[in-house]
Amino acid sequence: MNRMLWFWLLAGWTGFLILPWYQQEYGFWTLEWLTDGYPFYADYAPAILQATLYDRGWLLPLAIFLILPLALLRVARQDRNYARILILSGMGGLVYLLVQGFAIGISGWGFGFLESLFGPLDVRQYGLGYGALFCAASFLVLLCTGLAAAGAMRGDVFVTSAIGVVVALVAVFVFFPVSRILVGGFVDYDGALSGAAFARNFFNNGVWGVGCLSGGYCGVAWNTAILAILTATSTTLLGLTFALVVTRTAFRWKKSLRVLTVLPIITPPFVIGLALILLFGRSGAATQFFSDLLGVEAGRWLYGLPGIWLAQTLSFTPISFLVLIGVVEGVSPSMEEASQTLRANRWQTFTQVSLPLMRPGLANAFLLSFIESMADFGNPMVLGGNYDVLSTEIFFAIVGAQNDQGRAAVLAVVLLFFTLSAFAAQRFWLGRKSYATVSGKADNGAHVGLNRGLKIVCYATVIPWAIFTVVIYAMIFYGGFVRRFGFDNSLTLANYRDAFGVAIGDHGIVWSGAAWDSLWTTISISAIAAPLTAIVGLTTAYLLVRQNFRGKNAFEFGTMLSFAIPGTVIGVSYILAFNVPPLELTGTGVILVICFIFRNMPVGVRGGIAAMSQLDRSLDEASLTLGANSFTTFRRVILPLLRPAIVAALVYSFVRAITSVSAVIFLVSADHNMATSYIIGLVENGRYGVAIAYCSVLIVVMLAAIVSVQLAVGKRRLRREDRINDTDTDTGANGGETSPILREKRS
Amino acid sequence: MTLKYRAGSVVFENVTKTYGRGSVLAIDNVSFDIQPGELVTLLGPSGCGKTTTLRMIAGLEHASSGRILIGGKDVTQLPATDRDVSMVFQSYALFPHMSVAENVGYGLSVSGNSKAETREKAEEGLRLVGLAGYGDRLPSELSGGQQQRVAVARALVLEPEVLLLDEPLSNLDAKLRRHVRTEIRDLQQELGLTAVYVTHDQEEALAVSDRIIVMNNAVIAQQGTPRELYEQPASAFIADFIGDANLVEAEIREISGDYAVVDLGGVTQELPHRGYRPGPIRVAVRPDAVQLTALDPVPTATAGEMSLKGHITHATYLGSQMHYSVDTPLGPLFVIDGLIDTPIAAGRDVGIGFSRRGLALVPKN
Repeated sequence: MNRMLWFWLLAGWTGFLILPWYQQEYGFWTLEWLTDGYPFYADYAPAILQATLYDRGWLLPLAIFLILPLALLRVARQDRNYARILILSGMGGLVYLLVQGFAIGISGWGFGFLESLFGPLDVRQYGLGYGALFCAASFLVLLCTGLAAAGAMRGDVFVTSAIGVVVALVAVFVFFPVSRILVGGFVDYDGALSGAAFARNFFNNGVWGVGCLSGGYCGVAWNTAILAILTATSTTLLGLTFALVVTRTAFRWKKSLRVLTVLPIITPPFVIGLALILLFGRSGAATQFFSDLLGVEAGRWLYGLPGIWLAQTLSFTPISFLVLIGVVEGVSPSMEEASQTLRANRWQTFTQVSLPLMRPGLANAFLLSFIESMADFGNPMVLGGNYDVLSTEIFFAIVGAQNDQGRAAVLAVVLLFFTLSAFAAQRFWLGRKSYATVSGKADNGAHVGLNRGLKIVCYATVIPWAIFTVVIYAMIFYGGFVRRFGFDNSLTLANYRDAFGVAIGDHGIVWSGAAWDSLWTTISISAIAAPLTAIVGLTTAYLLVRQNFRGKNAFEFGTMLSFAIPGTVIGVSYILAFNVPPLELTGTGVILVICFIFRNMPVGVRGGIAAMSQLDRSLDEASLTLGANSFTTFRRVILPLLRPAIVAALVYSFVRAITSVSAVIFLVSADHNMATSYIIGLVENGRYGVAIAYCSVLIVVMLAAIVSVQLAVGKRRLRREDRINDTDTDTGANGGETSPILREKRS
Repeated sequence: MTLKYRAGSVVFENVTKTYGRGSVLAIDNVSFDIQPGELVTLLGPSGCGKTTTLRMIAGLEHASSGRILIGGKDVTQLPATDRDVSMVFQSYALFPHMSVAENVGYGLSVSGNSKAETREKAEEGLRLVGLAGYGDRLPSELSGGQQQRVAVARALVLEPEVLLLDEPLSNLDAKLRRHVRTEIRDLQQELGLTAVYVTHDQEEALAVSDRIIVMNNAVIAQQGTPRELYEQPASAFIADFIGDANLVEAEIREISGDYAVVDLGGVTQELPHRGYRPGPIRVAVRPDAVQLTALDPVPTATAGEMSLKGHITHATYLGSQMHYSVDTPLGPLFVIDGLIDTPIAAGRDVGIGFSRRGLALVPKN
């Protein structure tokens, strides 16, 4: 029996005998319990005392599964029983832990039939705490080690455990909440399961009504679908024109256009909506200018479909631009050159060769924008007016006066149906239809330029739109300094003072601004979540790229799934799933961290897959044949070579955690308020000045994070180049981070 | 400190490897035996299973059935990490983020050697391949040939029982290849290593090997010394793959002593019979075993005595030799002729003779 196994078994025993079994009331990291009656006080007692002193005898059987592995002292690794004992204790422990957790809840029995079977139970049970966590981790490792010993993954404990941990995490934090929401749709007012509840909420004019065809209002599902289709169409077309200008013309400010692609990453989703209000709202700058000029009354056109559509188009065009640059560049120049040598002119080449080759890419961009639009919460929240969409309706069903979880769950199911359909279409239908002509062979030749008419159209679209985008962002920064937009346009620092005031008081510095709290919470929670996201994401990527196992496709689908689940749905599902034991997380900072990890994990996975596919597999194999095990190989060969991808994953998940709002708004609490939900609160109270000032601060913080990381990475690259120049060889010409790997591939 | 080697044997017993739930057969019931201190080449066309075989010795692939023994121990289920073999990869697979010395010392450091010992042995390894003093460079700062030698040093410092080389020369240019293959052979002989060498280049295989195992379609086609394979091919495939033989139909008239009397398109030849019985047979004719005599355009008396005649369709001048394509009653023949001063022009008729050295009997099918 190896040291690693002993370590984890010891951790399990520690969890059972020493650490408090149940969750701490005052937060995950507080150590108050140490001085407050531990170990005999009921709230802090470990499992063994809970069972003996406080009538929670059902915890005792867990000890069986921790004693069982001790038998391994007398069993050789080659023995078949070695694996059996480990699997039995690991699997048994996990299952028993879960069953007792669900069966006995905060008010006695968790299910009605248990009460009728065993009679009422006086003892209650809280959320699982440190002790349970240690036990669960220990059981999981025992199980994975056992599976490895039985021959899974060629006996590789590291790989088996990595798969086990990722599967367990995704199951608990993605599948469990989502299945909980599906069940939630069937829960009636009295808490019983009934199809009637689902039918009442589902077949509802508010959801599927088609009144707008005859001048009335349409159901929220149709609203959402119409908005998503409009947004996806406009962003795809705009993205395509931008991509064409950047890749196929001699436009002078191409580089500046590319900067646009960074904007959505660092822009909280509702900021565009806010800026639009400052421009086109009833007292907006542009509105007033035109109403004075033309003598018409200022309208409310912005609040509703046109406004949301405009805001989403502004927000998501850069994303489809980014996708379509790759698509347009992916069309092999030699195809176009071949077409030209066959006497086709530029227009014919574009319409008959290039465009058909881009079609799957265009569809991909369309679906991506479709999903983004469906999931968008910030812009509809700010600009919605009477135009309801699913994401906001879900929010109001939960937090509004209705507090109707059943309705929220049904709406979430509808939304989930839309986004998952788009996601499935993207993966299964488009997945097979890629004409990517990147073959690894050098492809000489230049892309064919656009013909004159197309060029004029593209320029005429791109230049005004780019200027418009710049104006919007200028408004964001300018707006923070205006006293009351539209009423009192004098410049002031009052907004910043309100939010970020600092005073020197009697006891040193006083952070008197109202926003400091949420800003620190946001930054610290994002900073905690970022490395964890990177670890989970890159480990998953490693398993997907480098290991083969049965069920790998399902594994991949599961890990990418959370990308297609709108934040609002995640938020609702987390509330439904983690509000009661055994996992009682709502109101804590932990739930925010977890939410970010699994929301942003697909980004890390994709980045990791892309980077790892660049590394030749022979590097791993060389390390293995040199006697390193898979963990050492991962640590000493793969991770160092992935450093750029790690940095990217860190920055990206940090920034995405800061900007996310849709899921967060359900999960924040008084102790853990996040910047975005705080800003939404400001907007609801009409304090646009402070809100937009706060937004500018967030953008600056994120820009600073990105730039400083870029600089740090850039420096490392220089150092390596220096080194190459020192040694006076002729291979240094193309130094830099990727060149050794590229050499590896080329040679 | 010097590196010490205990050369081990490699034994395959009825090894089969399938992919994709058994639908693709990569290795079909292969058995062979490699003696300690021997350099054996696995040779074959691409997709024949030679690289899979090598990777199974390394432990990077695992047998679906059968047994693999290294140094007398059964390692069939042992992963690569725990096997006492090391491998030189086709791409070299040098870790680009580590210096040359770190690359060479990697295997030692991950198996728990002290830093001092690792450094000392790494230096020793680099000295062995003639790269002493290059330890601080990055792999990207070395030429292709030097990188290749680093890869060899990295494999050697672990003092493996068996050294595996996967097409180690394929990334070098033609001139360097001949030089490096000699170096590898010398090193192997000097250290007394067991080495398994994979290549698809028959000339390279003939040059470096003690023994060659030729594989085709997931099975061993023939194994033996380079001379045995060239002179006594067991099948038409071997004759064609090693040394580009022309395969022509013939007939064994009778067996006399060690020789078979063969009728080769009217020409009678005596060839070692190697167990074949009288009847139809095929003969592998090496391109340089055909002698061409230009015939006068106007037939003369002597020409009539030549029993086999042909017609030259192509004649190519290659500096040191002439290549001819000849139409004959036996079928088209590819001929290499060293007599470049008296080339025969395309379109001429020629008389054809054979030298016994370059002919071998191979079975009909």
